[in-house]
Amino acid sequence: MRRIRLGSAAAAVCLALLLAACGGGDDALQGGTQPSDKSSVIVGSTNFPEQLILAQMYAAVLEKAGVNVTMRLNLGNREVVFPALEKGDIQLLPEYNGSVLSFLNPKATATTSEEVNTALAPLLQAKNLVALQQSPAEDKDGWAVTKETATKYNLQKIGDLKPVAGQLVVGGPPELKTRPAGLPGLKNVYGIPDFKEFKALDAGGPLTVSALKKGDIDVGRVFTTQGVIAAEGWVLLEEDKPLEPAQNVVPIGRTDAMTDQVKNALNALSGKITTEELTKLNAQVDVDKKDPEQVARDWLTQQGLI
Amino acid sequence: MTDGPPTVLAAELIRWSWIGDHLDDIRDDLLQHLQLTGLAVLFGMLLAFPLALAAIRWPRLYAPILGFTGVLFTIPSLALFILLIPFTGLKIWTALIGLTIYTLLILVRNMVEGLRGVDRDVREAAQAMGYTPARQLFRVELPLALPVIMAGVRIATVTTIGLVTVTALIGWGGLGQLFLDGFTLNFPTPLIVGVVLSALLAFAADLLLVGVQRGLTPWARDRGS
Amino acid sequence: MDVLSDLIRWLTAPEQWSGPSGIPVRTVQHLWYSLLATAIATAVALPVGVGIGHIGRGGLLVINLSNLGRALPSLGIIILVFTLVGFGVIPVLVALTALAIPPIVTNSYVGMRSVDRDVREAAEGMGMTGWQVLWKVELPVAMPLIMAGVRTSTVQVVATATLAAFVGLGGLGRYLIDGFAQRDLPQVLGGAVLVAVLSLLTELVLGRVQTLVVSKGLAERSAAAAVGAKVQKAA
Repeated sequence: MRRIRLGSAAAAVCLALLLAACGGGDDALQGGTQPSDKSSVIVGSTNFPEQLILAQMYAAVLEKAGVNVTMRLNLGNREVVFPALEKGDIQLLPEYNGSVLSFLNPKATATTSEEVNTALAPLLQAKNLVALQQSPAEDKDGWAVTKETATKYNLQKIGDLKPVAGQLVVGGPPELKTRPAGLPGLKNVYGIPDFKEFKALDAGGPLTVSALKKGDIDVGRVFTTQGVIAAEGWVLLEEDKPLEPAQNVVPIGRTDAMTDQVKNALNALSGKITTEELTKLNAQVDVDKKDPEQVARDWLTQQGLI
Repeated sequence: MTDGPPTVLAAELIRWSWIGDHLDDIRDDLLQHLQLTGLAVLFGMLLAFPLALAAIRWPRLYAPILGFTGVLFTIPSLALFILLIPFTGLKIWTALIGLTIYTLLILVRNMVEGLRGVDRDVREAAQAMGYTPARQLFRVELPLALPVIMAGVRIATVTTIGLVTVTALIGWGGLGQLFLDGFTLNFPTPLIVGVVLSALLAFAADLLLVGVQRGLTPWARDRGS
Repeated sequence: MDVLSDLIRWLTAPEQWSGPSGIPVRTVQHLWYSLLATAIATAVALPVGVGIGHIGRGGLLVINLSNLGRALPSLGIIILVFTLVGFGVIPVLVALTALAIPPIVTNSYVGMRSVDRDVREAAEGMGMTGWQVLWKVELPVAMPLIMAGVRTSTVQVVATATLAAFVGLGGLGRYLIDGFAQRDLPQVLGGAVLVAVLSLLTELVLGRVQTLVVSKGLAERSAAAAVGAKVQKAA
């Protein structure tokens, strides 16, 4: 008898502890906004190092401005993360204007930064989202081949892939197969036929990098600001036909969370991010294996932003 | 330059400074892992209990319950979580619902086996002594079924600790977040920390539950290890 | 039930059944990873479990190590090995083999220990050497539990081989990862259904093999022994 009572007492204590931990406002469990007199923002990011750096930058300047910041980083690709933004699970995301535009409207044809931003604004507004000031920095999607492959098949521009695509294996994120600027884009704009094989890996991430290094793929989808391209001596194929729109880094957030305090802090930051700076920071994380948070904060301190 | 035997990364395996800098994150991940596991097992037990009782009361239900739960178990956990996302978003409930379903399967099985394993004589003796069905259940059958039920709780807990790492792929992964960070940054340290901690956590939980079981069933203590 | 009709449409579309990304190819890849890993695991775990079970010492250590092994997260191991050796099939094999070893070790050990002391002593009294006792007496008795262990392992491995897709390889997990990335729910569902069916089939086929391999009289004894072992383990 005594044992059973002991047992149920133990169980009751456990239950109480768990519930207390739950309701105790622990950041780890909360997903929604916390009502408070300070602004608070949940910063999210997708799953590659540049995103982590940018998100850490946003978080750092916001904290300096006195905003309450929660971070939910490395959540997956845009297909997963943008809906989270739409649902309110996160409230701020570092984005690229051209990619978001084609994500929201696959038929969009805008190419310059101004055109893209103009086309984007109403689409975002319809979802209670707003794009803040863009950065000069652009990170475009690119195609990389090893130096050996480039020499063997005489590849300098993307158009050069046309005659040899059938002999090459291409690798990239799974969504490359369906995104307009991905494989369909190569076909539509450059007339490049199907590749020999498409390997679904990741977006310029460790899988693609490793596969390209080892020769398991011949052409890899990379980002133009990645440090590993230079480090490995890869050839970034030139875009000789306009496939990709402008891709300025821009913070996109939920309208109700983008208070003046938040906007001012982020706009002050955005103007300073250039393509060269971003590429340098990426190299520190990609190649030197430094921590994104450290890299972000060091740079911000240098720039006098925190 | 890159073909040939596999190459090990230039990055050192464990960068202790990284661990030092990220103790907060590691602690948060650990806590989240514990909370997800605890809640999943708890909800699983709460839900399994009535199901088990139903299966005992109406034996014909048992085979279908077992079959259905058996099938659910073969659905890859990744798929289950992915399929829940459109409904529950990236909030904690997606992870909890999926995790609870898996604990449920293990627990129902063990609760039924445990309760069924109680000697007929004991049950009849209790009835003869005038115990009401409820009293019989709580004072006689459950305590005797405890070893098998606890075995189920142990398996469910260790399994859940492993599964929680998979839920990182939908944003609620506890220590699994360390795996994703290590993957994205192509950097072994968070990976090693994550693997070691989750293995230790599972091992510790198992030991703890063995202790709890021994505490709750001292009469079984002499029955060998 | 749009979802159901979309799923059926996806499953029956001819593109799914041909080419390098078709269901047959991916199923073969999936089985290849699974069976190879289970084979390696059996080659490693079986001698250990049987050997220790025969000698009768060190069992506690082996069982505890085996339980610790069960606690290793497969996803973590795959990613860790990938980060160390890069793209290829090795990360998957390591993780799946690690997953498959514990049930085989534990079950083989328990199976070997479940041989009646009297039976063992009688065999020794008859003049059998240690080897003969192992092969002619202990192994046949342990076989049901050993087979159960191999079965559990294999089914677990088949269900977990979906992780191969996470590091860019093939197998049925591709439908989960790609479907997720492309927001193609029927693809995810299709993948889930296929893996579930494959796991169930594996369980059934191995169950059949088990009945063929284990002699009738032992099958009944083993059911009792299995329950006894379960209770012993739980206590």
